[in-house]
Amino acid sequence: MVKAMDEPARANALAFDGGWTYSPAPESTDHVRIEPRYGLFIGGEFVEPAEGRWFPTVNPATEEEISQVALATDADVDRAVQAARAAYEGAWSKLKPLERGKYVYRLARIIQERSRELAVIESLDGGKPIRESRDIDIPLAAAHFFYYAGWADKLEYAFPGRKPGPLGVAGQVIPWNFPLLMLAWKIAPALACGNTVVLKPAETTPLTALKFAEIVRDAGLPPGVVNIVTGAGETGAAIVNHPGIDKIAFTGSTEVGRIIQRALAGTRKRYTLELGGKAANIVFADAAIDQAVEGIVNGIFFNQGHVCCAGSRLFVQESVADEVIEKLQARMETLIIGDPLDKNTDIGAINSQAQLEKIRSYLDVGRAEGARMHQSSCPLPERGWWCRPTLFTGVSQSSRVVQEEIFGPVLAIQTFRTEQEGLEKANNTPYGLSGGVWTDKGAKIFRMTRGVRAGVIWANTFNKFDPTSPFGGYKESGMGREGGLHGLDAYLDLGE
Amino acid sequence: MATMASRVPVAKTYKLYIGGQFPRTESGRYIAFSDASGAVIANVCRASRKDFRNAVVAARNALPGWAGASAYLRGQVLYRIAEMLEGRREQFTAELVREGGTKRRAAAEVDAAVDRVIHYAGWSDKYQQIFSAVNPVASSHFNFSVPEPMGVVAILAPEEPGLLGFVSNVMPAIVGGNTVVALASESRPLSAVSFAEVLHASVVPPGVVNVLTGRRDELALQFASHMDVNALVVGDGGDAADRRRIRYEAAENLKRVIERTDVDWRSEAAASPYRIRDTQETKTTWHPVGN
Repeated sequence: MVKAMDEPARANALAFDGGWTYSPAPESTDHVRIEPRYGLFIGGEFVEPAEGRWFPTVNPATEEEISQVALATDADVDRAVQAARAAYEGAWSKLKPLERGKYVYRLARIIQERSRELAVIESLDGGKPIRESRDIDIPLAAAHFFYYAGWADKLEYAFPGRKPGPLGVAGQVIPWNFPLLMLAWKIAPALACGNTVVLKPAETTPLTALKFAEIVRDAGLPPGVVNIVTGAGETGAAIVNHPGIDKIAFTGSTEVGRIIQRALAGTRKRYTLELGGKAANIVFADAAIDQAVEGIVNGIFFNQGHVCCAGSRLFVQESVADEVIEKLQARMETLIIGDPLDKNTDIGAINSQAQLEKIRSYLDVGRAEGARMHQSSCPLPERGWWCRPTLFTGVSQSSRVVQEEIFGPVLAIQTFRTEQEGLEKANNTPYGLSGGVWTDKGAKIFRMTRGVRAGVIWANTFNKFDPTSPFGGYKESGMGREGGLHGLDAYLDLGE
Repeated sequence: MATMASRVPVAKTYKLYIGGQFPRTESGRYIAFSDASGAVIANVCRASRKDFRNAVVAARNALPGWAGASAYLRGQVLYRIAEMLEGRREQFTAELVREGGTKRRAAAEVDAAVDRVIHYAGWSDKYQQIFSAVNPVASSHFNFSVPEPMGVVAILAPEEPGLLGFVSNVMPAIVGGNTVVALASESRPLSAVSFAEVLHASVVPPGVVNVLTGRRDELALQFASHMDVNALVVGDGGDAADRRRIRYEAAENLKRVIERTDVDWRSEAAASPYRIRDTQETKTTWHPVGN
């Protein structure tokens, strides 16, 4: 028996923003230890940078400096590559695969043990809500090491008829949106496959990678198997161009991916690139609309929209467009923007001032192109870098806010009538990283998920990740896969 | 012996193969092709950039139908190619001999080409099972990864062997649902054009395979830089500087570049499902299974 809801209860159920207030619920930081200064992690120890230059890493929610990190120059990168080479030719390649795997398991375990600390640092350094770093980033990072650890002694089963072996030294450059998780995506398969690594975290989010360096040391990995060098684009270029590196793995913008492919032309280096996206999230009239609205919100506002696979283009079937947009706007009003360390926070700080300026410039572009902009009315903190959840309607296929990756909480909404029209609009992009489809019709799900030209398709869900699940793009969203059995290929020479 | 042949042989005009038709190059240019004695045996088309662009349009248009065809159908079409080639073994052998090989070696190459087509025909409904996965995600979702064709694949066929190198690179691309624009070996182009006639007779849908002949150094960078080509297969040929330029140009649209140098195409080991995989993307799909 379902009891009819009485009037006051109904009002409460719908008025998310009126009936509820949230007291501050900040995550404690007193157990977190951050040094005032971090050197480079090379050959198993923290060392001073050759040129003695340092740069600050800043809390984007307060604009306050958290720590100083070393700026790695060519000489430092060279030193790190030599350490990685020595470790590869020395201890690491002489280990039995199962023993190698056991080291990787240790990394997974220590990440789990220190997960609360890592989550807090991730939110301090990058601005993401503690709920996400605590429940998604850090657990997935640990799971990624746990998954790949088990592959170390089973590689020949993954590639029938081949004789897989390691490539050597991998140079890895990762972005600031999921700092420790992207590190895990890069380092876990590389080590499990028998390579050694030189990894550069993003300049705005180096701290969890440096904490990971402590974990590597505590786990007793042979010195030089993992090397962490910090710096900005020039440090990344030094890695890409270093002749002693056998493989480059990069996650970042399509623009930089293109530069890397050009830089590697004519070299023997292998590369995998995980680049930008402009995912279509396609909602049919027969979808469960309330669930779809949740999926749209998760698709574009998760991690402040700093997600390469974000569902930044919404396509709604015309007959339900008004309903979906109305519900979406109502739901946006309930989103709490603010202190990343507050457990009630839905949307944290924009990662950097530069990124905030980029997002704002797109808000200007959208309006200048004639689109209608809607933002939630949530109050913003006085200090720090923030952007309200934003919708654009009245956009066209050629609008820049439809074509270009904004990497912020900005959704462009278009409508369609037929399946074919939805698919054509969805595929009208040089990107092809991910996509979403919302419908209750089974056959339509399969037609649409086959039709969307992208590497990851979420049907009746969005932004789900798992170490066993291959991730990576079609077209200009990059090449190669990370995660799952398919992710092994990026770190192996398959032999003949 | 007779001073005059009692019957004048009919020489073949070697044309391009674009969109299921056999046009001459729009440029009107040709390359005179001689046998070992110096006698001209063919004026082969010297394809232009425009021919290439037309071929890419044909390949793009053919893609939805071919990629959407059932694996069973693609297997049967490839098998039909082998049947048609088998019936013309003598023609192909003679053609390869005219290009400068011994009869024995030419016959072996043709036999190997037939066998290679058979090999890939058989993979049409099997490589998916080798390269797919159901992924045991921790959350309550059904999650699987399957290969899908990259799209339009441009191929710079190996210089040698002319027929077998061509077949060994085109077959794994099309059995996987891609459509192809291939540049034949510059020094041994004849059998690739004749192979286009085999494709035509095998009812390979128009535009699925497009065959150009011409100068590699004139067309290679066009192949690399074209924005509507998804992947480029570089067979043997060209030096390191050439390959560097190709990869550099290919970066414009993050084109996948598959280099196949130093392959012994005559070896049976040159046939592999991993060559099909080279021009496949992996698509991963998620769906909830519960609440």
